[in-house]
Amino acid sequence: MTAKRRSLFTRLSWCWLLLALPLLAHAQLRIEIVDGVEGAMPIAVVPFAWEADGPPPATAISDIISANLYRSGLFAPMEERDMIDRPSRPPEVRFGTWRLQRVDHLLIGRVTDSPDGFGQEIEYHLLDVHSGRVLLSRAQPVGPGDLRLGAHRVSDAVYEALIGIPGAFATRIAYVTVSDLGGEDELFELVVADADGFNPQAIVRNTQPILSPSWSPDGRQLAYVSFATGRSNVVVQDLYTGQNRTVSSDRGINGAPAFSPDGRYLAMSLSRTGSSEIWLLDLQTDRLQQLTNHWSINTEPAFSPDGRAIYFTSDRAGRPQVYAMNLDGTDVRRVTHEGRYNARATIGPDGQRLAVVHGDGNDFRIALHHRDSGQLRVLSNGPLDESPSFAPNGSMILYAARRGEQGILAAVSADGRVRQTLVASAADVREPAWSPLIR
Amino acid sequence: MKSAFRLIALAMLVALLAACARETVPEPAPPEPAPPARPAPAPVETAALDPRDFTDPRNLDNTDSVLYQRVIYFEFDRSTIQSQYEPIVRAHAEYLRANPSARVILEGHTDERGSREYNLGLGERRGNSVYELMTAIGASSRQIEVVSYGEERPVCRQSNEDCWQRNRRTEIVYTAR
Repeated sequence: MTAKRRSLFTRLSWCWLLLALPLLAHAQLRIEIVDGVEGAMPIAVVPFAWEADGPPPATAISDIISANLYRSGLFAPMEERDMIDRPSRPPEVRFGTWRLQRVDHLLIGRVTDSPDGFGQEIEYHLLDVHSGRVLLSRAQPVGPGDLRLGAHRVSDAVYEALIGIPGAFATRIAYVTVSDLGGEDELFELVVADADGFNPQAIVRNTQPILSPSWSPDGRQLAYVSFATGRSNVVVQDLYTGQNRTVSSDRGINGAPAFSPDGRYLAMSLSRTGSSEIWLLDLQTDRLQQLTNHWSINTEPAFSPDGRAIYFTSDRAGRPQVYAMNLDGTDVRRVTHEGRYNARATIGPDGQRLAVVHGDGNDFRIALHHRDSGQLRVLSNGPLDESPSFAPNGSMILYAARRGEQGILAAVSADGRVRQTLVASAADVREPAWSPLIR
Repeated sequence: MKSAFRLIALAMLVALLAACARETVPEPAPPEPAPPARPAPAPVETAALDPRDFTDPRNLDNTDSVLYQRVIYFEFDRSTIQSQYEPIVRAHAEYLRANPSARVILEGHTDERGSREYNLGLGERRGNSVYELMTAIGASSRQIEVVSYGEERPVCRQSNEDCWQRNRRTEIVYTAR
């Protein structure tokens, strides 16, 4: 490329970037429910009374909670217009009315200014309509401007009280969007958004590919692969300070970063020796240790939740399959056997279920492998599904799919019964990664 | 007042769009223009161009020469060089051997199927296949760098075999001739 062409290229990119920026700020994922569960639990989330200073937020807290519960596929929230009563305190509840309307549970509450004058408080009560018992009675503090997060935390508590496992609504997702800048040029953005798709923020923008985002266990950092230099590098970026550090830029591939559950190590696939191998980087001492030593492709490391094993993809038997090994690289054993192509394992929080990309001819779907039975169960419809990522509570698996020529995100419940798609209006969306639970 | 602001904003947007549109008028994409610094040699000195002379830099731009071809295609999940593409690799290897200051990047690519990180590995393997044949013929390892882009840089974006075929490739990119 001559100097003149390069300067034109730079000018063009900036020009389109300027145009695109205001659009991208609104490029929010739209969630569509494809399949829900029959017999979802009927619940009524009554609009919370607004008793705080200033005007109530544009989106009511009860609407956010209802939407969360509905999206889980396990609840059927009542429409607000069908509600006869609007109680906000337990003594105001007339259970008979709700029983007649065939509601099992009732969530009521109110928002007040925080006693310490800093932000607000969501006081809420979860009631069993049949027994009249109060199941939960809590006050959720919210920082200034954090009402959405507060609503997600209330949703988490309700989910846990009724389902028995923690909710994953107050979490975030990372993903990569790709938009056309005209001609050959594309804009790659690494985006972090709330788990319901709101508040999307691009934390990295580049005209070169970005892939494989991976969360640190404290939810503070993202490791990812950047081609910003024209070659693959592994970068770790702090989400709060914006600071980033290139942790691997050797010759060959620097890819597939995965944090250990204690956050101290980063497993990666590096081909500095000539073939791609799994390496372990100690983030405190910068010491690098080679774990695999095999001429095949060894990539996509993933730690078991107890941090004692690393799963990875290798084609040492001819086709890609998932293997496991100890942290020092010993005791390599093959994990998946069913089918010709199993790759990119993501491990459920119980350590027993692995979601993988399962390939059969031209068809690639997300499948769940059960460690105890060795059985593989296909969950998604294909034909080009990839990059599975478990919700931190194990309830759902988020993955990348295709709708026509557009890349979208999709989610399926671990039992395969609930499905939804997350679509951005213009851009291609890919490479989702669900954050850990953030306390 | 509000509508005045809107008008101004709209005018700015239109101006910006116009500016962008002007700049994006597709330039005729010429093959890499010859560097102007080097004056064309006098016709007397010019030997007749033999397209089979793989040591001659002019053949890199000669559509009749194998050196003009820079892309090696592969079968699905494979990285072995098929016999019909071997002459291309050989020609470039001979060129590199004859021109020690020449440098290439071998860009390995895959189609979109399967996982991205595995495809990075596969792309590198395709680059390595070409690298190994080139160095076996006498190109120096110092002249060649392999970079894998996996499935991230497709030349064709439809999901069908025709497209996938064109994306499974190693591109020979000269960074110095």
